[in-house]
Amino acid sequence: MNTTLRRALGAAAVTALAVPALAACGGSDEAKETDGGKTVTLVSHESFVVSPDVLKEFTARTGYKVKTLKSGDAGRAVNQAILSKSHPQGDVFFGVDNTLLSRALDNGIFESYEAKGLDGVAKEFRADDAEHRVTPVDSGDICVNYDRAYFTDHKLAPPKTFDDLVKPEYKGLLVTENAATSSPGLAFQFATVAKYGDDGWQDYWKKLKDNGVEVVDGWEQAYNDRFSGSAAGRKAKGDRPLVVSYASSPPAEVQGMKQQPKSADEAPTGVATGTCFRQTEYAGLLKGAKNAKGGKALLDFLLSKRFQEDVPLSMYVKPVVKDAKLPELFTKFGATVDAPETLAPEKIAKNRDQWVKAWSSIVLK
Amino acid sequence: MVLDRPEVTEGAEGAAPKGRGPRRTGVRLGLMAVPLAFFGLFFAYPVAAIVTRGLKTDGRWRFGRIGEVLTDPATGHVLWFTTWQAAASTALTLLLALPGAYVMARFDFPGKGLLRAVVTVPFVLPTVVAGSAFLALLGRRGLLDELWGVRLDTSVWAILLAHVFFNYAVVVRTVGGLWAQLDPRQEEAARMLGAGRFAAWRRITLPALAPAVAAAALMVFLFTFTSFGAVQILGGPRYATLEVEIYRQTAEMLDLPTAAVLTLVQFAAVAALLLVHAWTVRRRESTLRLVDARRTARRPRGAAQWGLLAAVLASVAVLILLPLAVLVLRSFDGPDGYGLAFYRALASAGDDGVLGVAPLETIGNSLAYGLAATAIAVVVGGLAAAALTRREGRLVRGFDALLMLPLGTSAVTVGFGFLIALDEPPLDLRTSWILVPLAQALVGVPFVVRTMLPVLRAVDPRLREAAAVLGASPLRVWREVDLPMVGRALAVAAGFAFAVSLGEFGATVFIARPDNPTLPVAVARLLGRPGELNYGQAMALSTILMLVCAAALLVLERVRTDRTGEF
Repeated sequence: MNTTLRRALGAAAVTALAVPALAACGGSDEAKETDGGKTVTLVSHESFVVSPDVLKEFTARTGYKVKTLKSGDAGRAVNQAILSKSHPQGDVFFGVDNTLLSRALDNGIFESYEAKGLDGVAKEFRADDAEHRVTPVDSGDICVNYDRAYFTDHKLAPPKTFDDLVKPEYKGLLVTENAATSSPGLAFQFATVAKYGDDGWQDYWKKLKDNGVEVVDGWEQAYNDRFSGSAAGRKAKGDRPLVVSYASSPPAEVQGMKQQPKSADEAPTGVATGTCFRQTEYAGLLKGAKNAKGGKALLDFLLSKRFQEDVPLSMYVKPVVKDAKLPELFTKFGATVDAPETLAPEKIAKNRDQWVKAWSSIVLK
Repeated sequence: MVLDRPEVTEGAEGAAPKGRGPRRTGVRLGLMAVPLAFFGLFFAYPVAAIVTRGLKTDGRWRFGRIGEVLTDPATGHVLWFTTWQAAASTALTLLLALPGAYVMARFDFPGKGLLRAVVTVPFVLPTVVAGSAFLALLGRRGLLDELWGVRLDTSVWAILLAHVFFNYAVVVRTVGGLWAQLDPRQEEAARMLGAGRFAAWRRITLPALAPAVAAAALMVFLFTFTSFGAVQILGGPRYATLEVEIYRQTAEMLDLPTAAVLTLVQFAAVAALLLVHAWTVRRRESTLRLVDARRTARRPRGAAQWGLLAAVLASVAVLILLPLAVLVLRSFDGPDGYGLAFYRALASAGDDGVLGVAPLETIGNSLAYGLAATAIAVVVGGLAAAALTRREGRLVRGFDALLMLPLGTSAVTVGFGFLIALDEPPLDLRTSWILVPLAQALVGVPFVVRTMLPVLRAVDPRLREAAAVLGASPLRVWREVDLPMVGRALAVAAGFAFAVSLGEFGATVFIARPDNPTLPVAVARLLGRPGELNYGQAMALSTILMLVCAAALLVLERVRTDRTGEF
């Protein structure tokens, strides 16, 4: 081998080696950060919010500090956790709901752990009781919300049920989310499947489409841009008085007001209680967690009264633990949904993807 | 009449003394080692990993999935939309930008450098930012809606116009750059000899220009065929390109088999396009006699020429300046009238902690990542260009095209590929900061190569030979002959790599650590949150990014030389 070639190859090799070496330097301080065993890393979606005081209490109780990694909406966060399961990003994952639960369980991202306090959780929220791979944390209903002012002005009764939504007087009023990309959108589609069955839901959506339903990509766009009843939507000159949102949206709307109305009947928005689907969110210990002990402590804490009572005002969902109290805002302005639609987890697991596909081809094409 | 095109360099190579061939090949292979290792590790391997993951279950390949996905009507629908919108976008871009290219090439007018920089800003702007600019212009409650009740966000026109906005510069720079160097005296001579104005143009200029037009059209087609951010924001739930569909199937449906097949389809289409592109580039480089661009431009004369200039300036104002202006305007349109409220808000992390950090910090993140990416891109791309300087052998040509592949490969695939492939020691980079610059460098390298290569190839080979005869080693020849001549091109290449790194979004969004977002990622997250403040902050951040890009481009205008490639 002549010298020049050797020199050129040498230079090339040095550069080739330098890049990973550089990377290794970057990686090492990261390792220090998590190796201490005093940090628990919680992986979640972007909607995860908790009061700082509550986390401080966890640190005071257990000595662990919580580091939160939030990215994407609920669906994307779950998928990312699945894709990186061989080397998880953290110790605990929070935010997989019953519409996607089977995907997380089938892909085996969770380790079994029975959290302390699970006995206090109502039966209807529990899932995977044989193996305890997930712990229920909160629950909420997805329902159609209406803009009270619009219906008063137009001397029209707001819709109450799914059947109402396809009536001509409500033509062109509803905006919903893409079931393929949005968790409330998917829940609303599931609600119609639960209501009209395997044979009927497609026809229902054809009627809904003929009745001028508008589909947007995400909840933010639907509720804060197109819905005429929310504060943000009014500002954005939203043009749809009906939107698929949460049963807890009216209290959230009231909380943002300078002067609160006296009763729920005077709140700017209301809920069509016959159009609801119940969603429960779960957390679990990630397989391969670096700090499994801390992760278990965190799961216990998620079921503690302190955390459970923080949930309504920070994430606008309801606690699952029986003795956790609801704040006044919820008891006063929240809607009571007596008979939400539900679907068996096994049925969701078996059909979810094909339902979404069928829905897309009916509604989007 | 078809004749084999003589290739000057091949002749020169043939005349070289025997025995030097293998040695040169050896040096070239040595230079090639770094780019090959880089692309192998950080492009081919991650992409292969994610495709394998999709097509292989329980240790067995499921090639049956390919047929299933390809025959699915939904796939056909996406493919058809992807293709026709790319074709329509390309046609529209050529229609609007070719007059611009002519004006830039042939006319001399004050502010020409500024204009060149302005039309290039969109090209380096993150697609999410441009998408939101178009939304603010054409969408519900956008400028047109408020003025005349015109909304285009639900139609395909918004996508097409956004694509023109992005790619105007590609046509102006590629075609205009060459047009400026065509000797106008050839056309003048034809006119003297009695040819009409159109006939002279058709017989003299058009044939010379055609390869450049074809190359520009192919690049525009490539960029619009793989469009992601603009379609994602402006297309709503109804319109999806292959790239958007790959994203949906991966990130939202977790249908990895379908995503893998779609990735392969896009891969094949892009590879085919690139091979055609490489061919047009070669023709352009080897058959024209060029003159100094400064000698060909002159002040417009007569009403027709002034009119053309005015028309081009007007179309640039409407197509490019207006969306950018709306963006800037919205960034100042605070809750209490016009002011700096949104800019002030950038300094604090905010209550709901969308980003976890103050938005202003993301600028620092982006600059740091961008600089690291530029360093990598310049080293890798520079070595690749040096190795490809001599145009011999099919292998070299193939490699030339191959280097462009990352530009057309789904950024989503690359991003996810990074996450699942680079997670084992010794290459466990998932939590390392270097991951982001590496992904950004992937899109930067093609720009470096494309900028450097024409300049390196323009260096007279006899200079190198003279140096070699006098006893200089290849490395020394490169240092003493090539480097001084290509210094400016290197600066331009670095500038472009920096600008595209700053704007890279598709891959970064997956691999940037949640607590360390880059500026475009921050913009996208802010846009996805409710409230006027988040929207305004997104606009303010976008404005800052736009100014940084514009400043970088203005500096590049100063240092650029006439033969600096096609961007």
